[in-house]
Amino acid sequence: MDNKAENPAILQKQAKPPGKITRMFLTLYDVCQFVTRFFKEGFLPPYEGKELMRQCYDIGYRSLALISLTGFITGIVFTKQSRPSLAEFGATSWLPSLVGIALLRTLAPLLTSLIAAGKVGSSIGAELGSMRVTEQIDAMEVSATNPFKFLVTTRVLASTITIPILTFYTAMVGMLGALLNVSLFEDTSARAFFQASLEQITFLDITASTVKAIIFGFTIGIVGCYQGYNSSKGTEGVGKAANSAVVIGMFLIFIEEVVSVQFFGLFRT
Amino acid sequence: MDQEKVIEIKGLYKSFGTYDVLKGVDLDLHKRENLVVLGKSGTGKSVLIKIIVGLLTPDQGAVKVLGQMVDKISYKELLALRLKVGFSFQNSALYDSMTVRQNLEFPLVRNQRNLTKGEVNQAVERVLDAVGLLQTINQMPSELSGGQRKRVGIARTLILQPEVMLYDEPTAGLDPITCLEINNLINEVQERFHTSSIVITHDLTCAKAVGNRVAMLLDGKFERQGTFDEVFNTDDERVKPFYEYNFIQ
Ligand SMILES: Nc1ncnc2c1ncn2[C@@H]1O[C@H](COP(=O)(O)OP(=O)(O)O)[C@@H](O)[C@H]1O
Ligand SMILES: [Mg+2]
Repeated sequence: MDNKAENPAILQKQAKPPGKITRMFLTLYDVCQFVTRFFKEGFLPPYEGKELMRQCYDIGYRSLALISLTGFITGIVFTKQSRPSLAEFGATSWLPSLVGIALLRTLAPLLTSLIAAGKVGSSIGAELGSMRVTEQIDAMEVSATNPFKFLVTTRVLASTITIPILTFYTAMVGMLGALLNVSLFEDTSARAFFQASLEQITFLDITASTVKAIIFGFTIGIVGCYQGYNSSKGTEGVGKAANSAVVIGMFLIFIEEVVSVQFFGLFRT
Repeated sequence: MDQEKVIEIKGLYKSFGTYDVLKGVDLDLHKRENLVVLGKSGTGKSVLIKIIVGLLTPDQGAVKVLGQMVDKISYKELLALRLKVGFSFQNSALYDSMTVRQNLEFPLVRNQRNLTKGEVNQAVERVLDAVGLLQTINQMPSELSGGQRKRVGIARTLILQPEVMLYDEPTAGLDPITCLEINNLINEVQERFHTSSIVITHDLTCAKAVGNRVAMLLDGKFERQGTFDEVFNTDDERVKPFYEYNFIQ
């Protein structure tokens, strides 16, 4: 029987409490198993299509307002702050393409996934955590259904699908913010602004951002689900699950950002 | 009574860390009987039935349910076995983001994929009617009382038509009248769905009302098993307080 995957309890099986290092490796092993299980079960029928749609809608809806606001303001502020430096070289005409590239390559994916890590990650962690604590996950288990499939797979897939979409949405809203700022200070038409900013964007930029956003989305989903699904008993466990979903999620997103910048840098010459 | 055994447990040990909870449990459940398991809080009653459905794995010992060793079979076989074993949780464990109807549909549509919408509705209404709560069908679990939640939890397990029912403290935290109703329900379920059941409780009124046989968990073992009077006709200092609390007060 596949009990290690059901119970986070490989730690509890030890006669005496393991040391810090051992514990870290055991957790790592546990996480790997969790991820493997996602790939093993995520793509096998029967599918939970309805639940997946509900989760996608939920994740998108939950972060939309905040993302719109942040994206728009970032667009304005970034443009405003970049203008003086460019003006020094008499190069304010580069402003649109600078903003476009900065938003698409880095700002949009990072902003979106950090906000989602806060909003989505914590709510996944808390929701699954409280289901674990109140034995709802066990109840699914004993009624011969697969809670992993219904709860984890759908949420991870949903955030992996939704975050890239939200990322491009953020980039777009950010461009609108930039346009607002530019049109206040310069004599450019909206059409010319978008033309200038899109001109410099390459296929590689779009690919890199999409891949990054997919990775970030997957990370947010998997971390939130892992923390919630393996939450310890008691109400305290729920809070801890939500909290560590956010902290670990954000931490991993930054690491992944650094690595992917290095990686995609190899293709830019 | 039919003497065929649906659950056979031999030499079961289970510990958490250094804390030994079950220390050599032997227990049989015969077909069509209601076995009451009594014991102080924290003696491992819930652990025992969680082992029976494979939510926890035993450290040692043989647990045979409907002829299969729960800790030796594959996950797929375990799922098939769980279809035949209903588990009613101590805290009901209703899915609180779903309505009562969705709670009941959840296990059914996932296990019998070829049912039509009409058949699903019919099955849901049938079990909900059996527990007397048809009027709550569109309510959320948070709108139900403790007793109603217990009943819905029981209905949710009945919908898969199990052969064995495991009730974890079905009357805990309920008022005496609701307790009586739940006791009647347990007996009714046995009559109507021909189940064999293990009922965990520390409520002797419940034990007397539903139990054909009583087993008492003391220090990780079933030292006393038999009819209600056999178990309580003793001077054992660990058993007497139970009886005195419930009936003498
Ligand atoms: N998953 C678990 N991890 C660690 N300890 C546990 C676990 N489940 C139960 N226990 C311990 O086992 C003992 C028996 O628990 P339980 O079976 O719930 O008691 P009860 O007889 O009241 O139902 C308790 O002391 C509890 O702390
Ligand atoms: Mg218990």
